Amino acid sequence: MLARTGRRKPSTRSVWVVWIETAFEWVIRLCGISAILFVLGIFYFVFSKAAPIFFESEFSIAEFLFSTQWYPTSEVNVRYGVLALIVGTLSVTLLSMLIAVPFGLGAAIFVSEFCGPKLKESLKIVIELLAAIPSVVWGFIGLTVMKTIIEKTTGAEMGLNVLNGGIILALMSVPIIVSIGEDALKAVPDSYREAGIALGATRWQLVYRVLLPAAKTGLLAAVLLGVGRAIGETMAVLMATGHAVNIPGSLVDPVRTLTATIAAELGEAPEGANHYRVLFMVGVLLFTITFIINITADLVIRGIRRK
Amino acid sequence: MNANTQYNRSTTMAACLLAASVTLSLATFGCKKSDQAGGSTKKTVISVQGSDTMVNESQAWAEAYGKVDSTVSIEVGGGGSGVGIAALINGTIDIANASRDMKVDEKAKAKANSGKDPVEFTVGFDALAVFVHKDNPLTEITLGQLASIYAEGGAVTQWSDLGVTVPGCDGSIRRVSRQSNSGTYEFFREHVLNKKDFKLGSIDLNGSKEVVDLIGNTPCAIGYSGMGYANAKVKMLKVSMKPGEPAHEPSVANTLSKKYPIARPLFLYTLGQPTEQVKKYIDWILGPQGQKIVEESGYVPVPQKSAP
Repeated sequence: MLARTGRRKPSTRSVWVVWIETAFEWVIRLCGISAILFVLGIFYFVFSKAAPIFFESEFSIAEFLFSTQWYPTSEVNVRYGVLALIVGTLSVTLLSMLIAVPFGLGAAIFVSEFCGPKLKESLKIVIELLAAIPSVVWGFIGLTVMKTIIEKTTGAEMGLNVLNGGIILALMSVPIIVSIGEDALKAVPDSYREAGIALGATRWQLVYRVLLPAAKTGLLAAVLLGVGRAIGETMAVLMATGHAVNIPGSLVDPVRTLTATIAAELGEAPEGANHYRVLFMVGVLLFTITFIINITADLVIRGIRRK
Repeated sequence: MNANTQYNRSTTMAACLLAASVTLSLATFGCKKSDQAGGSTKKTVISVQGSDTMVNESQAWAEAYGKVDSTVSIEVGGGGSGVGIAALINGTIDIANASRDMKVDEKAKAKANSGKDPVEFTVGFDALAVFVHKDNPLTEITLGQLASIYAEGGAVTQWSDLGVTVPGCDGSIRRVSRQSNSGTYEFFREHVLNKKDFKLGSIDLNGSKEVVDLIGNTPCAIGYSGMGYANAKVKMLKVSMKPGEPAHEPSVANTLSKKYPIARPLFLYTLGQPTEQVKKYIDWILGPQGQKIVEESGYVPVPQKSAP
């Protein structure tokens, strides 16, 4: 059988078909490798723009990481401290995750396990629609609607703050958590569900004891993508957080994030100037933060698998 | 089994080929189309970018000029004076709008990049108004008070420090400021704070209008923006140079007589003396029609010398 098809090959497939097939194989291989090349390329670009700053007397890495004084354009005393911006980014992200994770996972469980097929379809469409709203629009909602709501309900004097940014980011990451979380739950084989029901488990026991443990790596991935979205988001937080260099003492204090600082200041920083390099340094810092999160997540997932 | 896989592979490949050829043909078709479109219209494009303070005014000029000379199309962008000047230095635009003058090192960079000196045109004046919420009882303020509210190390943090209680506010002054790419920010720092740095923790917004909108909705707030952006929910304070001296409101008359202390010229910059269409455009802006638009946008026109 094998030998016969082998002999038949040259007669049915002309030379150019074989060539094109090989060409396509290479194109696809290139597509796969390009992802790695792009990441390396971007990292090289960002780091090479930032690196010369290490040799400037104006800059010290300790000041950069541990000072809250961000005066990149000062005429009397330039200071590049991003601690307040790091705290700003982390506080907004943390708050958004506190809201988005329970909501997102809850919604994923509901969509996947508890609701009927019709409702499921319409819910999925609406959730995907939510994910497609551009971040400027979210920012605008934060700047107008959410600001007024926060001022009225919390009595805060200014509605552009950690709370506003956190809620907006949560709304933006929920759709991602829901759709990926739902996929993870769907991937659990039906035989698990059937076995659970056969053993007399209620629906809730089934979710809690069988599905969640079985889908936990996928659910973790969903949460991490949500975190990634929240940390990397720029436009919405630029508009909703108040953009004030400030270490927040409460939920209703304005803050500024790393991403928003790059967005707001890169346009004016002359190429090659110290300010420009420091902004790229902030980019390197963001890279490092996401890298650490991804590595931790990877280790956690491996840990879970080993169990 | 093997024959089956082979069949699958060739269909996939055929689909791929089909998709590729469709994309290719679409791409070539698209190119042709845009070439034709490019050939039929021969508009000169003048690109303008810079100050957010001037962006409305600049757009009004561009629209009105489109009626005067239909062969020119003018593209206006904002982003802040710093952004406009940086773009001019990099040679990506023809005219930079700026609400501050170019710094010495910026001029040097422009010269180094293009070999030409930037040329400055004063096209109007803007009184930088200090805004508070309309319910705020304060009516005037001194430059010194403004500096101690905004500058690093300044002691004023509460409305009671200025002797007023603001209804609907817990007492602390919410400083509204601009992002550092704004000419308004630089002008305020230079002329009100005497080049000292801003206190950290102010709410830094992106546009002139946003500042006024935020103050209109926030009783505790104080902020600065072009007087053209005033609306019914905010109040402009009278400003005096020193305590004891009379305070003046931001107005056309007070700006031209230089009584109002924080007024500034608005500039256009070009690289080298402008030529042809760009020169015509700038001449038109400086002429009566262009200057009328300056006034309509809420700014102060340049006093006309002897009109040609």
